[in-house]
This record gives sequence, C-alpha cells and structure tokens, in this order.
Amino acid sequence: MIAIHFPALQVVVPLLAAPLCVIVRNARAAWLIALAVSWAMLYVATGLLAEALSAGVISYRLGSWAPPWGIEYRVDPVNGLLLVLVSFVGAVVMTFSRASVDHEVPRSQHHLFYAAYLLCLSGLLGIAVTGDAFNIFVFLEISSLATYILIAMGRDRRALTASYQYLIMGTIGATFIVIGIGLLYLMTGTLNLADLAQRVPQVEHTRPVLAALAFLTVGISLKLALFPLHLWLPNAYAYAPSMVTAFVAATATKVAVYLLLRFFFTVFGASFVLEQVQVPAILLVLSLAAMFVASTVAIYQDDLKRMLAYSSVAQIGYITLGVSTASATGLTATLVHLLNHGVTKGALFLLLGCMALRVDRVTIASIRGIGRTMPLTTFGVVLGGFSLIGVPTTVGFVSKWYLVLAALERGWWWLAVLILLSSLLAVVYMWRVVEAAYFKEPAPRARKVTEAPLSMLLPAWALVAACIYFGLDTRLTVGVATQAAQLLMGGTP
Amino acid sequence: MNVVFHFNYWVAMVLLTIGLYIVIARGNLVKKLVGLSIFQTSVYLLYISAGKIIGGTPPIIAEGFTIYSNPLPHVLILTAIVVGVATLALGLALVVRIQEAYGTIEEDEIQRQDEEP
Repeated sequence: MIAIHFPALQVVVPLLAAPLCVIVRNARAAWLIALAVSWAMLYVATGLLAEALSAGVISYRLGSWAPPWGIEYRVDPVNGLLLVLVSFVGAVVMTFSRASVDHEVPRSQHHLFYAAYLLCLSGLLGIAVTGDAFNIFVFLEISSLATYILIAMGRDRRALTASYQYLIMGTIGATFIVIGIGLLYLMTGTLNLADLAQRVPQVEHTRPVLAALAFLTVGISLKLALFPLHLWLPNAYAYAPSMVTAFVAATATKVAVYLLLRFFFTVFGASFVLEQVQVPAILLVLSLAAMFVASTVAIYQDDLKRMLAYSSVAQIGYITLGVSTASATGLTATLVHLLNHGVTKGALFLLLGCMALRVDRVTIASIRGIGRTMPLTTFGVVLGGFSLIGVPTTVGFVSKWYLVLAALERGWWWLAVLILLSSLLAVVYMWRVVEAAYFKEPAPRARKVTEAPLSMLLPAWALVAACIYFGLDTRLTVGVATQAAQLLMGGTP
Repeated sequence: MNVVFHFNYWVAMVLLTIGLYIVIARGNLVKKLVGLSIFQTSVYLLYISAGKIIGGTPPIIAEGFTIYSNPLPHVLILTAIVVGVATLALGLALVVRIQEAYGTIEEDEIQRQDEEP
C-alpha cells in the first residue's frame, strides 16, 4: 500500500526529518535520525529502481493532480539508478560520519549539521525523482543552499571563502537554469518534462529554444564542474568536513550530470542536440581538456583532498566524453562511470577522512610512512587509486572499457589512445601517495598514529569492496546502464 | 520598432548583464552579493512580463472579460524570490563569518592573507 507513495517519500521523509533534528537539539539523537532516514531512503530507492526496471515508467501524481497541470514524479531506469546511487552513498556516509563529525565539527552545531545534510539529501533525491522543470530548480536550490552550509562548517577559515565562492558560482548556474526553463515555458506553455518532450520539436528551430539550450547547458555545466567552469570545486572539496566532501563529491556533480542527460535526451531529443546543434563537438573538446589539464594539476597538489578534487574534475571529463561520442555505447559508458566514480570517490574521500582523524591535514608530507601505522586505511586508498586509474578488476576499468569501445565504434582510434594516455596521469598522482605512504621515512606524527575506529573503517571499506565487486560482476551496473542508455537514445522517457 | 516591442526583454537582459558584471568586477564581497541580487531579479522580470497580456485582466472569470493574463509565472517567481532571499541571507551570513575570521571583506586582502603562511 505504502509502496505507491515511494516517489513522494524520497523527498518528504528527509525534508520532515531535518526540522526534527533541529528541534531535538541533541547531537546523538540527530545523528540517529539522519542515519535511520538515510537507510530508509536506500530501501525506498532500491524498491523504485526494481519497479522501474520491470514496469518501465512509474508516474506519481503529487496531490492527485493529473499531469501536465499537476506536478508529476516520474521514475524510469535512468533516475532510478541515480536515486539508488545518492541514497546508497548517503547511507554509507552517515554510518561513517559519527566519529568523523565529532572530530571536525563543534558539538554544539551537530544537530544543525545533520539537519543541513538531510536537506541536501532531500534536494538531491528531489532533483532526480521529479518530472517537472521548475521543481528541478527548487530542489537544486534546496540541495545547493544546504551544501554551502555544510562546506562552511569546515575547520579551516578558508572553508568560508570556498563556500562563498561556491555560493556565487552555484547561484549563477542555477539562475541560468531558470532562464533556460523560462524560455522553454514561454515557447511551449508547459513545465512537465514529458509534455515538454512532445512540444519542443514543434518549435525547435526558433531562437528562444536555442537560447534555452545554451543557458541550460552552461548553467548545468557550472553545477557539474565541467572543465573551465570547475573553479569552485577544488577549494570547496578541500576545506569541507571529510564526511561532506565524500557525500558531495559522490552525489552532487552526478545529479547535475543526470540533469544534463535529462534535458539533452528527454526534453530536446537526441537528434536535435547531437546532430543539428552539434553540442557533442563542444563537449568533446572540453572533456579532453578536463581529462588532461585537471589530471596534470592534480599531480602538483600537496593536499590530498585537493588532489582528489582535481581528479574529480578530470573524471567528470570522462563522464561527459561518453555523451560526446553520441552513441548508445557512449551513453552506457557515461552512466556506468557516473556510478563507478561516485562509489570510488566516495570510498577515497572517506578513507582520507579516516586519515584526517589522526593527522588533521592530510598532505603528502603528513602521511609519510602512514602505510605502517594505518595499514587498512592506506591499502584502501591504494585500491581506490587503482579504480581511478582503471586497473582491470576494478570498476574504473569497466567504465573506461566502454568508453574505449564507444570511441572505436565511431572509428576514433585517436580518442582511445588519449583515454589511455590520460589514465597514465592518474598513475602519476596516485603513485605520489603510494610513495609517501609506504616508502618514505615516517613523519613524527604518522609514527604515533593508530588505525581509525571500526565505525569509520567498515563503511569506507564497504565502498572499496563495492569498487572491486562491481568491477568483477558487471551484470547489475552495466545491465541497468544499457537499458537506461537505450531509453535516453530512444527519446521519450 | 522591434526594439520597442521587446522593451521588457531588453530591460531584463540589460539588468542581467549589469548584475553579472558587478559579480565579476567587484572585489568587495557585499557588493558582489548586490550584483548577484540584480542578476537574479532580472530573471523575475523575464518571467513576469511574459505572463502579462496587453488588455488582459487578472484571471478571475467574470462577465465581459475574455482575455486573462497568465498567473503561473507569478507563482513560479514567488518561489524564485524566496530562493533569492534565502541565498542572499546565507551569502551575507557567510560574509559576516569571513569578516570575523579575516578582519576584511575585500577579496584581494583575503587572498593575500591566505597566501602568507
């Protein structure tokens, strides 16, 4: 009975739990609420994905108003996949967070911290689940405002400026998205995505629709940190509390990628975006620039969180590269890498959180010799690094394999070579970590540290294990991604 | 003639550009937020003016009136205004915290202090 309302529960439960956290004013109780809600949302999301895979599309009428007049929540395999990713990362990160947040955030602010986290979760799930264009903007702002607060809670004062910078860039991005949605509304008179998909083709060659495509592309690219628009990302990731970095890195940019796919393929239609307007050509250049420039910059970073932040920008390059090949195989690669990178980066940032608990600032200098004193954490980082590079038997290999396949399918052998070359850059920056952790004389502080508590190690290793498991057994990830990619290329949701 | 006909859109676009320019060109964190607000406000105008139909009345059914303005953009923008206010409030709160931490709200000063150690 309650299963009918699963789409609405994804948004409503975290949204109501957030003020509850503020009311209880107790650190432990707030954490328990957030933990319970996160795991409940994972249960709901998997239920939704399973139903979407068997039944096709789930349409939920909010308040029983029939679409396109009322707001419709619509779950198909594409956003079902995303709901599972976001809630899975949320559940794991919440399990991890207690010791880490105790260490990094003043205890008097804990209940507010968890309230902001729940709002962020609600916003991200909302963007994924909704089938209404203006709803997307509202949820985007809910999640973004909550993210600014979470980032500003970092201990370093630079967290404040990082959050401010993200606020400016994020608001510009969101405003561009509203302009795009507004122009589409003016031309079609509807805000429902499925309805837009039917009406846009009739007016697709008018200038406002082209302008809408441009505004939406730039606005969403700001949110997903596509290469020249990524400037907010490194500082925000570097100075936020560890748990926030892991959650935001694994989910926020991925949800923005989903938005890009949704607007490109569902609303504007594959043939319009890919063939008539030539968006792929622009994406191809920017993706390649991201892969090489951001990876190269990552090599020169001493702060490990900053290094992985630049690596994230590079990995987003791989994700958008899949779109730019303009084929179903490329889209499969995009969707698989979306999941894989979410899990990998989540694992790596959680493990850095374990290190931060012991050495405070995680830099190449401060982790010297840490492989001896924190063997489990360090080995996890190495396995996560393998996945970033794309070593076989890890998830990173699976997504790069499909990316190379998509490139060869188009006859672009040079692109396959470039993908392999850029992976070598990942080898270089991950090697610096391995070298410092295993082969250098221990730093005075790293000599005395002990392994992180199990409450943090277990969730982090769960994600590392997921990196390996989905690298060996690709039926689930690639199976769902292929189905979702075909749905997107087919046009209608 | 066309320029006059699209006067409302021109105003929106000019405000949009002015706002974005302030955000980029000003180093003072509060002034940047002012620019951001102007930038967001221009979008409200874009929506609202499109909902107005010349000769249209408020959408209340009554005898003798057949042309109604579209109320939906107003509702949407009401939401957008709330979002804008929330963003501005959060931005200003951050600026207060930055002032407490750095003793300044000038961007170049903050950058200099961060580079020192």
